[in-house]
Amino acid sequence: MISVRNLVRTFDAFTAVNDVSFDVAAGEIFAFLGPNGAGKTTTIKMLTTLLKPTSGTMVLDGLNPLADKNEVRKRFGIVFQDPSLDGDLTAQENMDFHGVLYHVPHKLRKHRTEELLKIFELWDRRGEQVKKFSGGMKRRLEIARGFLHTPRILFLDEPTLGLDPQSRNQLWTHVKKVNEAEKVTVFLTTHYMDEADRVAHRIGVIDHGKLVTQGTPAEIKEQTGTRTLEDAFLKLTGTTIRDESASATDNMRQFAKMWQQGGRR
Amino acid sequence: MTAIYILWLRELKRYTRSRAQIIASLGQPMLYLLVLGFGLGSVFQRAGFGSYLQFIAPGVIGMSVLFSSIFSGLGLLWDRQFGFLKEMLVAPVPRIEIMIGRTLGGMTVSVIQGLLVLIIALIVGFRPVNWWHIPLAIVFMLAISMVFAALGVAVGSSLQDMQGFQLIMNFLVMPIYFLSGAMFPLAGQSWPLKIATRIDPLSYGIDGMRSMLLGTSTFTPLTDIIVLACAGAVLLLVGAYRFSKIQI
Repeated sequence: MISVRNLVRTFDAFTAVNDVSFDVAAGEIFAFLGPNGAGKTTTIKMLTTLLKPTSGTMVLDGLNPLADKNEVRKRFGIVFQDPSLDGDLTAQENMDFHGVLYHVPHKLRKHRTEELLKIFELWDRRGEQVKKFSGGMKRRLEIARGFLHTPRILFLDEPTLGLDPQSRNQLWTHVKKVNEAEKVTVFLTTHYMDEADRVAHRIGVIDHGKLVTQGTPAEIKEQTGTRTLEDAFLKLTGTTIRDESASATDNMRQFAKMWQQGGRR
Repeated sequence: MTAIYILWLRELKRYTRSRAQIIASLGQPMLYLLVLGFGLGSVFQRAGFGSYLQFIAPGVIGMSVLFSSIFSGLGLLWDRQFGFLKEMLVAPVPRIEIMIGRTLGGMTVSVIQGLLVLIIALIVGFRPVNWWHIPLAIVFMLAISMVFAALGVAVGSSLQDMQGFQLIMNFLVMPIYFLSGAMFPLAGQSWPLKIATRIDPLSYGIDGMRSMLLGTSTFTPLTDIIVLACAGAVLLLVGAYRFSKIQI
């Protein structure tokens, strides 16, 4: 379903993704793990047509994301690291908006919206503005929205960041459910090793832009001679803490905090 | 096409849902109309220019169209901030359609805003010389909103965060307003001011509205609409280009 060969992306002198190759089979849940700044998000951005690679090839569902941008975009859903909902619109309207942008026919859109909002336990709140939702509800809505246009692949970039254990547990249960029901390939990143261990069929570990290892959770533990995936991860990537400098988006978030009320327009 | 429609609808929904902000945004035009309109009225009259309220009303309508259209374009920054921009940019829709939908939405909202100010002006005593010209004045509102919604998109696409917002406000939006002749007659100025006012596209928009509503103008309505159309076309191209270059 996803096939990546010798993928490289540089930003000036810095190499964010360095000669990465891997395959993800159809219907598989693949976890992409790595410390902060390892190149996970950069890889997702390239796979999802948001960033052009410096070199290397990618194939998604038989298509090249560089050549058939819009065709590829129809075939995947994505849940970004940061929220991407319109808080002024209701849950239903956010779904509708997405459905229209992805050319989902009206009837099907209605049907799937109802189905997905019920699975993700948001159907009763569909008429409420999203800004009134809790963090967990917003995440669930985003994932439900990602499934709306029946994608072949769903990208989840740290979907459980900042959620309590209950919400995380529930979220993965739902994702697994849809993965099995619709045979959707799931490509995810997370910092919670227990989640990856539980959910993923296969795992790839990336560090400093290079793919360190890949295999099933059991294989990786065996390979490193550790009992938990967390230990395996630390053994593979070391214990040094990685600091990222604040991006423009971080700065803006800071600014927005000062303006939170009435800041929009 | 449906993408354009849904983006237009979104702008409208967001507008109608922010009642508090609609009321807040009418406060400033009301101050201008009431305080300046009546405060400077006697001086203006004595100088032989007639009623200042009559004179300033089209200017204040132009101001509110300017503000709401430029802010609709700058709203891109908020979409970037709250992440919704990513949802739009990763969708299988050409970027130009996204830009057109947003711009049309911003124009619609701005014209509604302009009409609300017109109604307020009528309530406090403004009287157009020819009621039948109000639809023509709306055409000018549309033209103004097109120019500045496009400018807003161009600027909004070029900024990474809100840091530049105050700069834009003080060095772009306010000068456009003050130099447009919204508050003073364009005739009989020193040459530096004369050049500045003639570069400002809003001058032509307000002049056009004045010629429709009051029957007096500095330029001809035809000049006004041609200048606005050209400025609008150029800024739409620049806006579309800048929007196509957004990286997230």
